[in-house]
Amino acid sequence: MAPDAPTPVTFEVPVERGKIREFATATLSENPAYRTADPVIPPTFLTTAGFFWQSAESKAQARHGLDPRRTLHAEQEYVFHGPPPRAGQTLTATSRITDRYEKEGRRGGRLTFVTVVMEFRDEHGTLVAEQRSTAVETAHAPKENDR
Amino acid sequence: MTTAQASPAVRVGDMAERSFGPLTVTDIVRYAGASGDFNPLHHDDAAAKAAGFPGVFSIGMFQAALVGTFATDWLGAETVRRFTTRFKEQVWPGDTLTVAGSVTSVRPGVEGIAVEVDLACTRDGGGVAISGRAEFLLPNP
Repeated sequence: MAPDAPTPVTFEVPVERGKIREFATATLSENPAYRTADPVIPPTFLTTAGFFWQSAESKAQARHGLDPRRTLHAEQEYVFHGPPPRAGQTLTATSRITDRYEKEGRRGGRLTFVTVVMEFRDEHGTLVAEQRSTAVETAHAPKENDR
Repeated sequence: MTTAQASPAVRVGDMAERSFGPLTVTDIVRYAGASGDFNPLHHDDAAAKAAGFPGVFSIGMFQAALVGTFATDWLGAETVRRFTTRFKEQVWPGDTLTVAGSVTSVRPGVEGIAVEVDLACTRDGGGVAISGRAEFLLPNP
């Protein structure tokens, strides 16, 4: 992080049993581990945090500023520092841009990549999970399977 | 805590595979609701066409989640430690996806057996939609 970067604002992410069950069903998992009384989250579940729990202030801090008409999702990564979080926990999250770089596309035109990292800490302040999302802005609007 | 879903005898070169689909618009919409991603390109045909696409297409994170479903059904929900997906091709209603994994590394340690797998999600009759990797920490026997 740059020395002058602001401290990321935090937002709470309650991890809920019913939401885990809904997510497991929607992602065609029949794994009984997601249907116990206190299930762990599926590996990509924390994507829901940005849609349901992230505050406007936090979103504003992590806004990549790319043109949505020319921007594609390039990569997504989850890291768990132990078993994934489980239902009943309330996590505290932050979101920030960690990387921004450009390179020439294979079919010409400049590509701009931006990586946004969301960090999730447990009740003791221990980092338990990270989400890394990388978006790419292309020179032209994306067409079918054109990458 | 840790359920015995994965065999302790995982070896380099072990492979597994599962297919999903054919995917319907309903599958995509159900994922949209569960995840909270209501970008209209993925459920509103008029919006998708206005943006230059032939119609609605799947949410990248949906097929990423299907790769996750495959991987955790195979090697455990509680044991996953890293899950990475790279988006290659769009997925369309009617596509059947085949997700395959192969074990590339098995390292015994004090905390457990670190297992790494390569993952690929391929559109039947098409190309690779997602390539990925995952790491698991399996309990010592």
